Amino acid sequence: MVTLKIDGQKVTVRKLSTILDAVRKLDIPIPTLCHHPELSPFGGCRLCLVEINGSPKPVASCTTFARNGMDVTTTSPRLEKLRKTTLELILSDHPKDCMVCERAGDCKLQELAYFYGIRENRFGGEQRVYEKKDNNPFIARDMEKCILCGQCVRICDEIQGVGAIDFAYRGLRTKICPPFENDLNCEFCGQCVAVCPTGALTGKMWDQKGRQNFKEVDTVCPYCGCGCNITLHIWRNEVRRVSSKEETLNEGWLCAKGRFGYGFIHSPDRLKKPLIRTAPKDISAFPIHQTNPPLPPFTKGGRGGIHPSSFSLHPLSSFKEVSWDEAFDYIANRLKQIKENYGPDAIGGLSSARCTSEENYLFQKFFRAVIGTNNIDHCARY
Amino acid sequence: MDKDILIKVCTGTGGVASGSKEVLETFKGTISSAGIAASFSERCSAQRVGCRGFCAQDVLVDVIINGEKTTYKHVKPDMVGKIFTEHILNGTPVAEWIVDKDYHTFHQKQTKVVLSHCGEIDPEDIHAYRAVDGYKAAKMALTSMSSQEIVNIVKNSNLRGRGGAGFPTGLKWELGLRIASDIKYVICNGDEGDPGAFMDRSVMEGDPHAVIEGMIICAKATESHHGYIYVRAEYPLAVKRLQMAIEQCYEAGFLGKNTFGSGFDFDLKIFQGAGAFVCGEATALMRSIEGKRGMPTPKLWRSAEKGLWDRPTVLNNVETFANIPRIILRGADWFMRLGTERSGGTKVISLSGKVKNTGLIEVPLGVTLREIVYEIGGGIEGGKSFKALQTGGPSGGCIPEELLDTEVDYESLALAGSIMGSGGMVVLDETSCMVNTAKFFLEFTQSESCGKCTPCRIGTKRMLEILERITTGRGKEGDLELLEELGHYIRATSLCGLGMTAPNPVLSTLRYFRDEYEQHIRNKKCPAAVCRDLITYSILEAVCTGCGACKRVCPADAIRGVRKKPHRINTELCVKCGTCFDACKFKAITKV
Repeated sequence: MVTLKIDGQKVTVRKLSTILDAVRKLDIPIPTLCHHPELSPFGGCRLCLVEINGSPKPVASCTTFARNGMDVTTTSPRLEKLRKTTLELILSDHPKDCMVCERAGDCKLQELAYFYGIRENRFGGEQRVYEKKDNNPFIARDMEKCILCGQCVRICDEIQGVGAIDFAYRGLRTKICPPFENDLNCEFCGQCVAVCPTGALTGKMWDQKGRQNFKEVDTVCPYCGCGCNITLHIWRNEVRRVSSKEETLNEGWLCAKGRFGYGFIHSPDRLKKPLIRTAPKDISAFPIHQTNPPLPPFTKGGRGGIHPSSFSLHPLSSFKEVSWDEAFDYIANRLKQIKENYGPDAIGGLSSARCTSEENYLFQKFFRAVIGTNNIDHCARY
Repeated sequence: MDKDILIKVCTGTGGVASGSKEVLETFKGTISSAGIAASFSERCSAQRVGCRGFCAQDVLVDVIINGEKTTYKHVKPDMVGKIFTEHILNGTPVAEWIVDKDYHTFHQKQTKVVLSHCGEIDPEDIHAYRAVDGYKAAKMALTSMSSQEIVNIVKNSNLRGRGGAGFPTGLKWELGLRIASDIKYVICNGDEGDPGAFMDRSVMEGDPHAVIEGMIICAKATESHHGYIYVRAEYPLAVKRLQMAIEQCYEAGFLGKNTFGSGFDFDLKIFQGAGAFVCGEATALMRSIEGKRGMPTPKLWRSAEKGLWDRPTVLNNVETFANIPRIILRGADWFMRLGTERSGGTKVISLSGKVKNTGLIEVPLGVTLREIVYEIGGGIEGGKSFKALQTGGPSGGCIPEELLDTEVDYESLALAGSIMGSGGMVVLDETSCMVNTAKFFLEFTQSESCGKCTPCRIGTKRMLEILERITTGRGKEGDLELLEELGHYIRATSLCGLGMTAPNPVLSTLRYFRDEYEQHIRNKKCPAAVCRDLITYSILEAVCTGCGACKRVCPADAIRGVRKKPHRINTELCVKCGTCFDACKFKAITKV
């Protein structure tokens, strides 16, 4: 353990902690734009500068280890002036379109500009101008708003292990881009969007769908068995965006489905009640083409319903909406019938990793003990 | 077999550019040609040697007959025949082509340690290097010295990193030795990128074996078994010669397994840089070898603790390594006494700009800048007056006349507002505009900034824009204060050495030549008549003969006048190209 003094307060932190860790432990506010606690230290924005007694130059607290007996000052007129200059410089190369920016109100740069009261900027001059042309389906990339904090690059490399983007070019023209400046073509987890401190990276799906005054509902992602905690941003009873909080078990990380795959919620094709398929009494009167074994009735494209064009079962069969009781009765009856007529091994069960362990246990128990078959599996295997 | 007639042709990059390859071939062809007695051609040999420094007079050729050396300058292939028949066959040197006294004064004040083999031995031949005690130091170090003993000698020699920062080499090695790890690395930094600097290139081209020997000794001292030489790909000749030298070393058993039969293993590879200036910075260089973008990383750890691939790494400059074999052979005391109290040895400097003698020089630390400019450099070209000495490349500063008695060493140059840097020196005379000079260097650093940290990426750009404003007559009150503030801000807050030193050219010129800046801003005048937007060309009616030469060359049709009557320049049309100024034989055109 290491004990040091910050703004006169003593604090003890683990060995190999940075000064910034110690500062955060004391809950002293210190501005940062490039720092992320889960990513490797970067030291790019130079906002977290602190003074150490005995050291002539200020140091970046995010990239300096805390040492025993250090006497650190986090704020002084000199430091605040340096920070303000840094912000002025960043803003001198940043579009001033906060009014229409997707991230207004939730933008770290905007917030800092507000706190430092940067109304007049002493610096002007050349600004980067980029054509907006990324044709990927999920992530809007406005590189003029990029402040080169490198969080997207690091998260893509260090957390996601993908490495779809990196720094390119030099000087003021330094830019984050996919190889050869092609359109982004990655797994679209959107982690980069989640960590971007400005409006440079946003979701295309939530463009102009609202910025503030969302009702936030914490829930669990309905997709896989990981059960990531997600937060739905709701406006007028419609989910406008999905995010995840850092303090959750998934540490705020999400995948493409969790982050962008919420379109089904308000899909008109979504099944809300059980359906029972009905077919004409005398099947033999109507010859069935193509179906041995029958093709799955669900179509591609995430519509989730039955699409007539791919409907390859009997042309005259159709679905009837029923209550849960009716559905369960029907299932129980049919299972009994099949078991009697064809034996238990004519039946198989597929469960879901999204169910709890208890539910999955019960499911296999039901199949083995009640139905009497070992035909039982689920996507993560039993 | 010893040959008593030796012809040495400079084949450094400077020499090659001036045609030394052809000169060497012609010499070789002449020696072996019919008509010259066989016994004679056996006594005579022509060989390539590295750069000897005085590039302004390339191709330089030494003819050594029975130990007596005659040097010819500006040798062309068609001059070879005459030199051969008159001098080598008949014994009378060709007087009109022999170097003059400039060549000798250029060399007199120098002390050659690192460059002692450059221009003397064939860099592509390991035997030539061994003939001058090459690999003796490495053998000694590997077979009869302990790592700690080597470290102690280097420490006592007061050798400091020649890459620019001047970190004591012995201390660095000691740190490297003390940290235990199964894998450690030794890296030689040959990513010389300063505009106008060619010290490391000349050493790598002229004496590659010395660099490799230094690295072998360092490997033993730090107990590392893997080494890299990082050379920029823009130095093809250096890469080629280093590669040859490494292959020769593997063949001779100086590299690889069981080097010198000592049981010590050391593997050495060349890694070619892709041309980013910032890769000369140690952490960026290591990222580059790792295959990542060459971008400096924060120094949470020293390189000696976690460097390349997070392994302990000792990284030194080419010149530092080239010093090592000499220190081991001749002792720490000898080296220490060459320099000043705080830094031992010599420094290789590339001297360029408005001096008579430009080229590569080596001086003991502690000589004054005045000695370099006026004695080695031979003073200012064309009888003009000295204005400033720019040292340390784009990260350095300008030193004015009154500080010319500053000694060359790390601390005193820093005190004068500049840096030692890698050792580039550019002499500026009265025709150089200091604002424009500062702008030139800043333009370089800002475009080479890796873009990672804000002050360097945007700060240097904004400084450059202010300078552009000033040099085009749009400067305003307050600009200088803003420049100073930004300069100090960038120096204090940048992540790596590139950013921290980038404002130096501006800050040092603001410190010593502030009036020149003020003239640009207040009077919209460039005192040195360099900044194009601030000068006006006019014709002195009393001097103009009306010959019309200016009128004929003017591309903008801005000069009017009747023949044999004084002409006039229409300043509205004038594009300030300066063609008329050069064309006038009567000095009737002035630029103010």
